[in-house]
Amino acid sequence: MATLQTRATARIMMSPAVILLFLWMIVPLVMTLYFSFLRYNLLMPGTEEYIGFLNYQYFLTDPAFFTALANTLILVGGTLLITVIGGILLALVLDQPFFGQGIVRLLVIAPFFVMPTVSALVWKNMLMHPVNGLFAWIARLFGFQPIDWFAQMPLFSIILIVAWQWLPFATLILLTALQSLDGEQKEAAEMDGAGAISRFIYLVLPHLSRAITVVILIQTIFLLSVFAEILVTTNGGPGIQTTNITYLIYMQALLQFDVGGASAGGIVAVVLANIVAFFLIRLIGKNLER
Amino acid sequence: MARATTTRSKVIFTVIGWTIGFLIFFPILWTFLTSFKSEGAAVATPPQFLFFDWTLENYREVQSRSDYFKHFTNSVVISVGSTLIGLALAIPAAWAMAFSPTKRTKDILMWMLSTKMMPAVGVLVPLYLIFRDWGLLDTRLGLVAVLTMINLPIIVWMLYTYFKEIPGEILEAARMDGASLMKEIVYVLTPMAVPGIASTMLLNIILAWNEAFWTLNLTAANAAPLTAFIASYSSPEGLFWAKLSAASTMAIAPILIMGWFSQKQLVRGLTFGAVK
Amino acid sequence: MGSITLEKVSKSFGTTSVIPEIDLEINDGEFVVFVGPSGCGKSTLLRMIAGLEDLSGGRIIIDGKDMSSEAPAKRGLSMVFQSYALYPHMTVYGNIAFPLKMDGQEKSAIDKKVKDAAHILNLTNYLDRRPGQLSGGQRQRVAIGRAIVRQPKAFLFDEPLSNLDAALRGNMRLEISDLHHQLKTTMIYVTHDQVEAMTMADKIVVLNAGRIEQVGSPMELYRSPKNVFVAGFIGSPRMNLIEGAEAAKHNATTLGVRPEHIRISATEGAWTGKVGVTEHLGSDTFIHTQVDGIGQVTVRTDGDFDTKHGQPIFLTPDPARLHRFGADGQVI
Repeated sequence: MATLQTRATARIMMSPAVILLFLWMIVPLVMTLYFSFLRYNLLMPGTEEYIGFLNYQYFLTDPAFFTALANTLILVGGTLLITVIGGILLALVLDQPFFGQGIVRLLVIAPFFVMPTVSALVWKNMLMHPVNGLFAWIARLFGFQPIDWFAQMPLFSIILIVAWQWLPFATLILLTALQSLDGEQKEAAEMDGAGAISRFIYLVLPHLSRAITVVILIQTIFLLSVFAEILVTTNGGPGIQTTNITYLIYMQALLQFDVGGASAGGIVAVVLANIVAFFLIRLIGKNLER
Repeated sequence: MARATTTRSKVIFTVIGWTIGFLIFFPILWTFLTSFKSEGAAVATPPQFLFFDWTLENYREVQSRSDYFKHFTNSVVISVGSTLIGLALAIPAAWAMAFSPTKRTKDILMWMLSTKMMPAVGVLVPLYLIFRDWGLLDTRLGLVAVLTMINLPIIVWMLYTYFKEIPGEILEAARMDGASLMKEIVYVLTPMAVPGIASTMLLNIILAWNEAFWTLNLTAANAAPLTAFIASYSSPEGLFWAKLSAASTMAIAPILIMGWFSQKQLVRGLTFGAVK
Repeated sequence: MGSITLEKVSKSFGTTSVIPEIDLEINDGEFVVFVGPSGCGKSTLLRMIAGLEDLSGGRIIIDGKDMSSEAPAKRGLSMVFQSYALYPHMTVYGNIAFPLKMDGQEKSAIDKKVKDAAHILNLTNYLDRRPGQLSGGQRQRVAIGRAIVRQPKAFLFDEPLSNLDAALRGNMRLEISDLHHQLKTTMIYVTHDQVEAMTMADKIVVLNAGRIEQVGSPMELYRSPKNVFVAGFIGSPRMNLIEGAEAAKHNATTLGVRPEHIRISATEGAWTGKVGVTEHLGSDTFIHTQVDGIGQVTVRTDGDFDTKHGQPIFLTPDPARLHRFGADGQVI
């Protein structure tokens, strides 16, 4: 189907999207890279000068960076743990035939469509509020002292909110993968005398491994840049207890107007994300060859 | 599997399934219920579940006090606008990649995907400065541009996977039948690709509607879509839970319904075809 | 009018040459079949004539005009695809009308042509249906309808019957041959099935590994195959190709004899052997025998011939119909 003519037109048809995306990627990235080597603060215009790796040195040796890095990793890791395990369990339940399956499926995926600012505010106020929140009421009902979520365990609270948002995604993908498992395979395993648990370990889990990898990689990409949930609940606090890398750079750029420092941080974030992206791209690329 | 499941296991799973479904959906349900309460009832202890004085007052208040519809319109313009422009750019590109693949097609697709993986903060500073210098801060135009670029790789990818499923012979037949390139796209490809294009559109409207990094950082009052509008409720002076709930309900309802309709295509779109 | 000339046409993908160099003359009104095993380049050749595939070298001349680099639509050819390639979102009417619409013809003219075509192809009652609601044979006829309304200089068929079941295939073979007699338009037909080639063609082009092995009428190819490949490819059951001592007796490297040119007897003959598997088709019987010093030989005889597995048997090939091939595979 490929003649020279069609190939030439193909190139023309592709070019607007490719060129725009290329500019979108390269121009800001080069600017970030350039700024990262400058002393550049919007509050002190006219003092820009080349300072080499000083911004990186400041950013990478700032204790806040390590806290933010740790917070980022805990946030990503904690959310992944909850969503992957919860997602597998949920997918297994939803895969069983029961009454009203379709409706339950809709209920389960609903949180994914809720905008981050709404879910953060609803959880923070109406559920986790230490006095009037629903959780506090339940705790008192059972005679416990209500937890002041955002004061006592701020990062965990954010993990909980983010996990609620991403659990549907994991469930939906794992469920789709689960349903593509060949029924005859399961029956063959049953004929071979495998019980429910060994069927899960030897048949279902290996079949899901690919989908699990996809869930982990895609969620990681998104979770590395969790922002709105932090902005509307804790503003990174108390102190910097819930500041992740994204939020740290945001503070440096738009609250302290330190363009140089924020740019250096931005480059660091790009490098971190690339490490994850590398694996994801290879996985999807392998898939393309089929 | 062709096997009769026992009624007992079906009942057990019905109970488990509905319990889990209810728990996960509860925050949304609770928001919905609270939006019909008075502010007093909203913070009452013990909480009032169904037996309270239902009122529409909050919806009226939210609109009259805070110009809800301006933000709603912003959300619509930004999400639909960026999706349409994205489609206009992506349909020809995906067409080319699906039907005239070259050795480099795969590399281009992969590269497009990689731009999606760049963290937003990495380019926050220059983009903010460009927007400031070009007067794009707090404009719908600026946000449409940014969201178009953010979602373009996803649109191209989704369309590509859909187009791949259209047999090339049909397009060749059109070519033999004397259709020009434009006619081939208008009369043959597009009608066949409509379901794929529609679900791509739906998913991207959802993603753009809920995008909450650029919309929060690049807008103030004028162009703020619902994400930013809701965020303004986080200010600590006074808790208006009932009004927050009303605003939230209106912000998520349209997208939730669209999401429910497009759930089948969602998986494929979100995993770039890695899971079907 | 529709004469097509291929001049030194070649095709390579990257460094691999698919079609080295082909010269071929197709006369106006001829039914030409390209036949060969899969991967022999016959479909590529057809697609090059159609303009769906670039030439790597050479020229394609249609009605005296060099069309080597014209767009497919400008060549005045119609094509019927293996998958039929019907537009699933259009009705049968819409499908058949599509090329006319693309040509910018008037509505009333289109209507008349579509209805005429539908009449010829027995599709009048199905014009409002969509391809998905049709049977395989009906879809095939729609694809043909779409091809004939343009009144092309030539029809190109790319394995059009391979998706149909055996009975339908027989019917469609007749219908296409019939159509050719009605329209008298040049047809180029690609298939891997030698039965289709034998039954439909005025001229068969046997292709192997991108090369033309032989061009000729069905009976020419049957009676005097130029080489071992054609001998083995044309005719069913396959010609027995015998090598070794028996071939050497006839001063040949390979000796060919068709199953229908061997006399079989229970009592006497030139070769002795044992009966293996016997296939009764009713009208014919194919007997696979194991001949001493020669090996497997298939014999075709009339339907009532009765044998038992393992029974000794005598065979006598018709000496006038032996085909002798040299070491290079060419006929001597």
